[in-house]
Amino acid sequence: MDLTYTDEEEEFRAKLREWLASVLPGLPPKPSPDDWPGRRAYDLGWQRRLYDAGYAGLHWPADAGGRGATPTQHLIFLEETEKAGAPYVGANFVGLLHAGPTIAAEGTAEQRARWLPPVLRGDEVWCQGFSEPDAGSDLASLRTRAVRDGDHYVVSGSKIWTSHAEVADWCELLVRTDPAAPKHRGITWLAMPMDAPGITVRPLRTLAGSAEFAEMFLDDVRIPVANRVGEENDGWRVTMVTLSFERGTAFVGEVVACRRVLGELAAQARKNGRWDDAVLRRRLGRLNAEFRALWRLTQWNVSESQRAGGVPGIGGSVFKLRYSHARQELFDAAAEVLGAGGALDADHDWTLDRLSSLSYTIAAGTSQIQHNIVAERILGLPKGGK
Amino acid sequence: MDFQLTDDQRALRQGVRDLLAGRFDRDALRAAVDVPGHLDRELWRALGEAGFFALRLPEADGGVGLGLPEAVLVFEEAGRVLLPGPLVATHLAAGTVPGAATGETVVTDADGELLPWLDASDVVLADASGAAPLRSVDPLTPLHRLPGPYAPRTPEAVLLTAAEQLGSAGRTCEMAVQHAREREQFGQPIGAFQAVKHLCAQMLVRTELARAAVYAAAVTGDPVETAAAELLADEAAVRNARDCVQVHGGMGFTWEADVHLHLKRAWVRAGAGRTARETEEVLAAAL
Repeated sequence: MDLTYTDEEEEFRAKLREWLASVLPGLPPKPSPDDWPGRRAYDLGWQRRLYDAGYAGLHWPADAGGRGATPTQHLIFLEETEKAGAPYVGANFVGLLHAGPTIAAEGTAEQRARWLPPVLRGDEVWCQGFSEPDAGSDLASLRTRAVRDGDHYVVSGSKIWTSHAEVADWCELLVRTDPAAPKHRGITWLAMPMDAPGITVRPLRTLAGSAEFAEMFLDDVRIPVANRVGEENDGWRVTMVTLSFERGTAFVGEVVACRRVLGELAAQARKNGRWDDAVLRRRLGRLNAEFRALWRLTQWNVSESQRAGGVPGIGGSVFKLRYSHARQELFDAAAEVLGAGGALDADHDWTLDRLSSLSYTIAAGTSQIQHNIVAERILGLPKGGK
Repeated sequence: MDFQLTDDQRALRQGVRDLLAGRFDRDALRAAVDVPGHLDRELWRALGEAGFFALRLPEADGGVGLGLPEAVLVFEEAGRVLLPGPLVATHLAAGTVPGAATGETVVTDADGELLPWLDASDVVLADASGAAPLRSVDPLTPLHRLPGPYAPRTPEAVLLTAAEQLGSAGRTCEMAVQHAREREQFGQPIGAFQAVKHLCAQMLVRTELARAAVYAAAVTGDPVETAAAELLADEAAVRNARDCVQVHGGMGFTWEADVHLHLKRAWVRAGAGRTARETEEVLAAAL
């Protein structure tokens, strides 16, 4: 049980801080949330700066063009960039955290050379075509069909909840290639060029009012067989490589940000008199315990994955269950600190955060699914059941 | 940074678990329940011999020379098996009260409204005048009520108690899971039903969050972190024990099942420290 960072880790932190201090003042102004081309350009510009400074693909293996950093260095990177107010990963999310690592792990030498460098350099954006209107929590029941036609697959179907679809160059797409096989065994992973004929993207508005994701309709889209990563019908396993790539670092920046917000809530409450409300004060005190412990749990999980040589543990579901709930509690408390006049103002940052926090118990595995995962895979309770 | 346990820490934990399995198994636990107020001095001396109380004394003074993180692991094991006696007070008295380190002397501390194990103790720290006996809800912890004012609990006492709560929370989670796998209704183990699964998953989440908080407080010694550990460990122990009763169904409501012993001890330990209200105020003031 050692919470002190090594000299090497502290040096990494110091250099990163120095670089952040030098580069952040020169960033262009943030684009408005509705300006998708502007957001793409901004996010890619930040990625290019990371690339030039040697911080791109920090957690990727060295032979994929990454830095092969340890989980702890990645934790430090995420902590420091958040504390410095650096841009988020934004449009680079799928490329850096899902599609890229999948290609690095399962792609051919040719595929790695084609797709990985543009992700690291900030030249190309990826989106994710996994979920479908009838395949959410039960992802493996997806029905988008791909039929072989010579050296192409012809793909038809629809995808949903696709973030950054409007501005993506590529889509990591899950398709059904064998409808007769058991559902996990008839799926194939394809890289779909987003400029291919037959793709229609329709933005979806979230309950927060912004168009953060889209639905995608695919009508006889032709995708070269050469764009398949892994074997035909082996896409489920290929995808699990992606989904298990997370090394306990997924929410590092967010926990840092939540702790900062909590401090701001206390300051605001002391200023506007609501601090005199003992019930509210205690609520904030409890959240302090929660988020301190969530930070320690992050360090615990990162240490576990570091010991396993970067292989993630299964603690991610435990963390996500508690964190997603705590985040909602945090912004409910924010509403109380603000009072009705602030909490019902749709232009207030904390109101937007309160609304968006509702997605945390749904996205990337609902809390109900996460409970099943914890019960079955960690506690060993019987699978299935009602 | 490597927050996980070292090999030595794992070995220590295993060693304590083995020792307690040998010296305080379920039969011993139930025997202790049947003779309330009786403290097994032979077991106490065996604990002393194993270094339970001298764990943090320097080796030069006959101690084991380990730190708070190791003590937390040891007290977590004690909490798992509901080891009775004023363990925390005696451990903290090692080095100052003669015989405490070796297990010859049993020490209790009048540092709150409830004074445990007064009659069975050799030494009482602080002022115990006016102590009045009450019929303790926990058959494994005899209690006296003190008129006050009380000496404040030390941060070490708070943390080691939280470690016991953590051990109890982990154990009741295991007990619930084991029962859910074995007990069959509607032709299948009740653990196959999602309603039961989700109760068990919540128990693990509470335990692991409390573990992160307790271990971190042991490493940093930070008072706010200790307050977080206290709040989360108390909650994990009490709520897990209640959910464990629920998963056990009718059996969980019997005297014969061990679940109620965890719940009652968790209440006693939570009652020994600051109230949740006071702890939350400490945590709020630190914001």
